[in-house]
Amino acid sequence: MDGFTALYIFALAAFTGYEVISRVPVILHTPLMSGSNFVHGVVLIGAMVALGHADPESPLQLLIGFFAVFLGAANAAGGYIVTERMLGMFKAGGRKQGGEQ
Amino acid sequence: MTSSLATVSYIGATILFILSLGGLAHPETARRGNLFGIAGMSIAVLATVFGPQVGMGGIPWIVIALVIGAAVGLYAAKKVQMTQMPELVALMHSLVGLAACLVGFASYVDTSLVFPTAAEKTIHEVEIYVGILIGAVTFSGSLVAFAKLSGKIGGKPLLLPARHWLNLAGLILVILLGRWFLNTHSIWAGMALLLVMTLIALAFGVHMVMAIGGADMPVVVSMLNSYSGWAAAATGFMLGNDLLIVVGALVGSSGAILSYIMCRAMNRNFVSVIAGGFGSGSGAPAATADGSEPAGEVTSISAVDTADLLRDAKNIVIVPGYGMAVAQAQHVVCEIVNVLRGQGVAVRFAIHPVAGRMPGHMNVLLAEAKVPYDIVLEMDEINADFPETDVAIVIGANDIVNPAAQEDPGSPIAGMPVLEVWKARTSIVMKRSMASGYAGVDNPLFYKENNRMLFGDARKMLDEVLGALSA
Repeated sequence: MDGFTALYIFALAAFTGYEVISRVPVILHTPLMSGSNFVHGVVLIGAMVALGHADPESPLQLLIGFFAVFLGAANAAGGYIVTERMLGMFKAGGRKQGGEQ
Repeated sequence: MTSSLATVSYIGATILFILSLGGLAHPETARRGNLFGIAGMSIAVLATVFGPQVGMGGIPWIVIALVIGAAVGLYAAKKVQMTQMPELVALMHSLVGLAACLVGFASYVDTSLVFPTAAEKTIHEVEIYVGILIGAVTFSGSLVAFAKLSGKIGGKPLLLPARHWLNLAGLILVILLGRWFLNTHSIWAGMALLLVMTLIALAFGVHMVMAIGGADMPVVVSMLNSYSGWAAAATGFMLGNDLLIVVGALVGSSGAILSYIMCRAMNRNFVSVIAGGFGSGSGAPAATADGSEPAGEVTSISAVDTADLLRDAKNIVIVPGYGMAVAQAQHVVCEIVNVLRGQGVAVRFAIHPVAGRMPGHMNVLLAEAKVPYDIVLEMDEINADFPETDVAIVIGANDIVNPAAQEDPGSPIAGMPVLEVWKARTSIVMKRSMASGYAGVDNPLFYKENNRMLFGDARKMLDEVLGALSA
């Protein structure tokens, strides 16, 4: 892939992140941290590619890749469940956000 | 699966991830957002397993690692208490950091990659180098943050002499090693250099978080969140994987903006938070320990008298802090609130932006206890109401209600916005003892005339208050 295209994509995505997050209210900052923690579990994809590329004859490559996939999967699964648990609690909230001043 | 189908799947997954973070902008859409996230993740995983980058031979290994990893993650996530959330999040950031590191090494020893030009090989090596660097800093920094948050090591900043020079020396060393790395042609010499750089990066991560004071911990957790996003993006660059670049950058910038929002809420400069220590001078936390002891005595109060005060009040504001989380007192608090509201007393919660150990930590705990979120207000919404408040109850918070931030320009927390509970007719502070807060700063609030101290375990005391109220 063209390196400059990648940089272009990178900058656009960073800007999107900025725009999206600026609107999140304080009340949801913890779920947001947990949610974004879940989302950067995508490192799992990189780990899978690395493991998929590993030379089957090389135990070292297999081990590194295997461990990386393990970590990524633990992060993705754990992050999702924790976020889900947290957000499930907010359901019990009151009528409308904002509140009486 | 063809390469174009994999690309389309990645684009779909990317959009789902953006929607997932966007959904978190509102409590009503947040859960749907999380569903988008898991859908995006599933699509991405499937597209990768069956995509062109993974051969048939690799699939069994990937599936085994996936299943074990997911099982461990699920188990940890189900078991964890809501009060331990900050630790868990910090720990998970370290997983991402380590994974990014490992992918970097794996990508370096991957001999199946061929580069048509020398320049492309160099770019690839730079990507590997930077990716491992960010991953290692994230990994060790998050582990230290985890240890600090879970109380395995103390919250006080560790300030080595000449620490800024140490960091600078580390940076220069990393750059020099990087140049050397790009000029080596043997894979083993390259590996050795990468390992040395990794060790420096690990030490840097430890040093960076060790130097950050306890009260700044929420900012650090959020910053490490950002780092692990950048680490994922770096992984994307080295593997030429668009999905990782986009999602990593998305999370990286969102973590950065979140840290910035928090710093602004504390009226602190982002750079000074990251540079470590608390306050501006070196060794600042020790500054207040000697000398400026506020004069006067504290007045203590019993749980029964507290209940009487609450019953007679018309307007109550509750300020929760980390102590409430530690004592798991949120459910009792909610019951007290329900009783009082049943008697027509107006009760509201005031949440400081950095209450607890994570941004929004208190909101989550109160939500867990089923406190309706329309009576939970942010600092700016409620601070002006304290003069009309009859009783302000502070549960296990200290620095965020410290009047020294406004009154004493020499205080390490001077200038930090605080909840002005001392303006209420009576303030009641629940605390285990007279020990100073996480930031190690003494609190003149305790000595104010209209302040009462309710000593003891927050949960036990609140149980007694509830008993007296219902009696």
